[in-house]
Amino acid sequence: MPSLEHPAYPAADLLRLESLVPCRESQVSMLLSLFGERQQFSFPSIFIYGHTSSGKTYVMKTLLTTLQLPHVFVNCVEYFTSRLLLEEILIQLQSCSSGTEQTSPVHCDTLNDFVRLFKQAVASQELEGQTLYIVLDRAEQLREMEANILPAFLRLQELTDRNVTVILLSEIVWELFRPNIGCFEPFTMYFPDYSIGHLQKILSQNHPPEYSADFYAAYINILLGVFYMVCRDLKELRHLAALNFAKYCEPVVRGEANERDTRKLWKNIEPHLKKAMQTVYLREISSSQWERLQHDGGEPGQLKGLSAHTHVELPYYSKFLLIAAYLASYNPVRTDKRFFLKHHGKIRKTNFMKKHEKTSNHLLGPKPFPLDRLLAILYSIVDNRVAPTANIFSQITSLVTLQLLSMVGQNDQLDGPRYKCTVSLDFIRAIAR
Amino acid sequence: QQIQENLNKQLLGNLVSFLSRSHSDFQEKTTEWTCRMKFREIPTAALVLGVNVTDHDLIFRGVSDVLQDNITPYVALLEAKDCPGIKNLMQKLMGQLMNCDIDVDSEEDEDSVRVSQNRIRCSMSSLISWYDSVTKNTDSETPSKKRNSSSRHWQSPPVVVIFKDMESFTTKVLQDFIVISSQHIHELPLVLIFGIATSPMIIHRLLPHSVSSLLCIELFQSLSCKEHLSTIIDKLLLTSRFPFKLGEKVLQVLINIFLYHDFSVQNFIKGFQLCIVEHFYSQPLSVLCCHLADIKKRVYSLSHDQCENIRRLPSFRRYVEKQESGKQIELLTNDSFLKEETEKLLEDLHVYHENYVSILRCLHVFTSSLPKYPLGKQIRELHCACLENQVWKTEEYESSLQLARMLNKTDLVTMLQQCVEILMSSSGKEFDRTVEKMKEFLTQFQNLEAEASQERDVSVSPQKELQKKTDLYHLQKTLLELKESRRSKKLTKFEMLRFEVVDYIDSLVRRYLVPAEDRTLHEIVYFNAAAVLRGHLNAAPRTALHTALNNPHWYLKNQALRCDGGGISNKAPDICIVYKLHLECGRLINLVDWLEAFSTVVTAAEEPNADAASSDQVDDVIHARFIRAVSELELLGFIKPSKQKTDHVARLTWGGC
Repeated sequence: MPSLEHPAYPAADLLRLESLVPCRESQVSMLLSLFGERQQFSFPSIFIYGHTSSGKTYVMKTLLTTLQLPHVFVNCVEYFTSRLLLEEILIQLQSCSSGTEQTSPVHCDTLNDFVRLFKQAVASQELEGQTLYIVLDRAEQLREMEANILPAFLRLQELTDRNVTVILLSEIVWELFRPNIGCFEPFTMYFPDYSIGHLQKILSQNHPPEYSADFYAAYINILLGVFYMVCRDLKELRHLAALNFAKYCEPVVRGEANERDTRKLWKNIEPHLKKAMQTVYLREISSSQWERLQHDGGEPGQLKGLSAHTHVELPYYSKFLLIAAYLASYNPVRTDKRFFLKHHGKIRKTNFMKKHEKTSNHLLGPKPFPLDRLLAILYSIVDNRVAPTANIFSQITSLVTLQLLSMVGQNDQLDGPRYKCTVSLDFIRAIAR
Repeated sequence: QQIQENLNKQLLGNLVSFLSRSHSDFQEKTTEWTCRMKFREIPTAALVLGVNVTDHDLIFRGVSDVLQDNITPYVALLEAKDCPGIKNLMQKLMGQLMNCDIDVDSEEDEDSVRVSQNRIRCSMSSLISWYDSVTKNTDSETPSKKRNSSSRHWQSPPVVVIFKDMESFTTKVLQDFIVISSQHIHELPLVLIFGIATSPMIIHRLLPHSVSSLLCIELFQSLSCKEHLSTIIDKLLLTSRFPFKLGEKVLQVLINIFLYHDFSVQNFIKGFQLCIVEHFYSQPLSVLCCHLADIKKRVYSLSHDQCENIRRLPSFRRYVEKQESGKQIELLTNDSFLKEETEKLLEDLHVYHENYVSILRCLHVFTSSLPKYPLGKQIRELHCACLENQVWKTEEYESSLQLARMLNKTDLVTMLQQCVEILMSSSGKEFDRTVEKMKEFLTQFQNLEAEASQERDVSVSPQKELQKKTDLYHLQKTLLELKESRRSKKLTKFEMLRFEVVDYIDSLVRRYLVPAEDRTLHEIVYFNAAAVLRGHLNAAPRTALHTALNNPHWYLKNQALRCDGGGISNKAPDICIVYKLHLECGRLINLVDWLEAFSTVVTAAEEPNADAASSDQVDDVIHARFIRAVSELELLGFIKPSKQKTDHVARLTWGGC
């Protein structure tokens, strides 16, 4: 018995919709009741939020396409300026019902133009009978555009005097959106995270045709058992499932186990999945490398991950510069005299004495220091004399471009630039060796 | 000059081979990527290049050339400084892609492109439509026109976007770009290449997990720049092909700059080129620095003055002094005789170089495997040591010989084999005998091995043999042999041979690795003005400024300005006086005190007995001069106005540096 019921839409479509969006029945029925019938005016703007991959975009897309509602779907990250965004909406609007007819490029710089052109477009497309839906995905980007964009979209129905509903999709709550000048409050709606049961159901739904659904469901069960602790992202889980399924099937293909022999299969796959958790999930190695690895059956030890290459080769003086910068960042100024003044080459002593203050200073993070202090420390920790050549100074700037140092306070670059050391203690240890 | 051309060619060859190595696997990967698309991941190559940023430009240009030749015509190079926002990035990207398209499509519809370029909607969708149209064009186009190009690329060539300096891009731009392009990966086969200077961890630091999970990253490590340097040194300096050589000190300066400062091969090459230019500019006899084939012609075209120049060379004078008196006079007076002699000497020098290089390599084979590397791990260190003085007189050489005497046999044999290979490949004629000698050593070693095994057999069954031998004479003989072999077996035979080998190597070194400065006419091919080079390459702006302000006569070449001791002369320019006075002050300088000191110095010589009335009222002109000098100092960055105290300025520099 279908849980989705609506008088305006044929029952077959609703049934199909239900099968396409599992575990989101309540949200869909809510939306449907909001939308009402085709010709009815709907709520001017709806705001839907929920965590990453809780199916917001997917549900909206399938809902609108299966019910064949006229709609425009725009990703706000992609159209990063208001002009691009508005033009894109108009282009999609023109093409959404007129079909193959080639439309002339539209130019739309302001919202005023947009409202005018929008009215024209709606009139020409004979859409007046139905509600038009404009879906803005990743709507948090709207906040960074001009101040009038977001309020205008929220009351677009009123501005254009047409039957239009704007749906905003976002990952953050509405409270962070609300502009300080006040605006029309949209109808907010929350998409909760999928539970483990939901994930199981969704993942098992698209099983490969050559294996039975039960077999795949068992596999998904194992996979979730390993990964659910660290990752609840549906996209990520699907990716992992696709990557590791071949390995899971291996005993079956070889004929060593049949599809029912779950325990054996579990034994086979479990260490493999653990390995995958350490490497693929963290993107230490890419998925194509992982597949090749599975194919060869080799050890992943030979394939070093991204973080294995942490060693950085630096020129001799750059190393000392970086160490000096680190010391300057984490040691208070008053200790400089004690550490560097009396003797030469007392690096070891410095490190030893620094230990007392380390805990507090490292929690506070690096502090900015002037260039002179950096050079003074450099002269005292390098054994032989260092000529203050242009090379040394250019090395400082190249360290800044490498993001090992960062410049603080942009305004007085000429007469006393201040820097901050951004590398960690481990990195410095590796360099100082 | 031809040598410089050679040099560049060699460098490029070097780079191309290096690139092709890193890209052979890269290309096969791209084929595989097409099937990977379904995961909505953008294939990405992370190129870890090391910190020598100056070299990267060349590498990236090479990469894009290679890609354009082999894979795809659509390559865009993006730099961080061009892309402060996502908008600029898209504009830049589209501009580059469309431009390279024009190049491919000849220029038939250039004007239409030009028009539309002004009002391009810089978005991904327009990029996709452009891409569609372009690929459709290439598909439908008649193969007669561009068979060669389209057959090399595939049906839908990927669009490669290279981020030159990943570290400097702002996080947001990269994230947005990746998110956008991952949305369209189905329509637009995009490939990203990140140039990374530090470590690949930067990707994780720059991109959050939600974004980096859209990438399919593979890592490529380029050669370390130190290795790169050694190959270049190997190819440029340690060959007899280029007549030009670097002296020890110069080489040391170049290598120091490289290791201590920038790790930049590019700069090393530039320094080398500077040496060449400087050498040919400053040394009048450098015409003779050419290939062996040209020497004869050039020597005979020498003028009388140039002959005099040769006679003036210190190494040549030393040579003359060693000759007997008749020949001395001939050499010093007769030009044509001198020319003949010069030619001979130059040929000698050339042969010396050939021998030098190969023996140096042999010695390197020996020393590079010794524990603790007394003579250095790299061949360049050995080269420097040999150039500096007679290498066999140094302590390190002694200790390394000591160590070499303790090598085990397998190592020794492999080393000898390597040496034989090196010597065989070198063109020197004198080495035939050396090679033979080495081979002899090798066979001796083999014999030794055989003997040793035989002896083992013998020693296992001495008793048996004794029983067998009934003949008294034979018995005596075998006993004697046994005794002999027992004494010599472990001590002498192998060790003797080892000593022999080491001594032989020693003798080779003494004969061939004579430092170049002992050779006659070395000035012609060796460039040894390290101080000049250091002055050119190691700029020290602050020191220069200090000397200019402290000793103005250094730059102004005016003897009157020379001052002695700490005194401040009033003839110096105003700014010098002000500078010297400010050196004596603390962190905050009182302007009034400063002005008074200035006026005393300036007026001191003019009116030694200035009356009291004018001393407390400073002259307007002097005041103006003072203000001007102070503002000049501020412009140079020595002082800045301070807000802590009124009428005070803060000093910004300390010490002599």
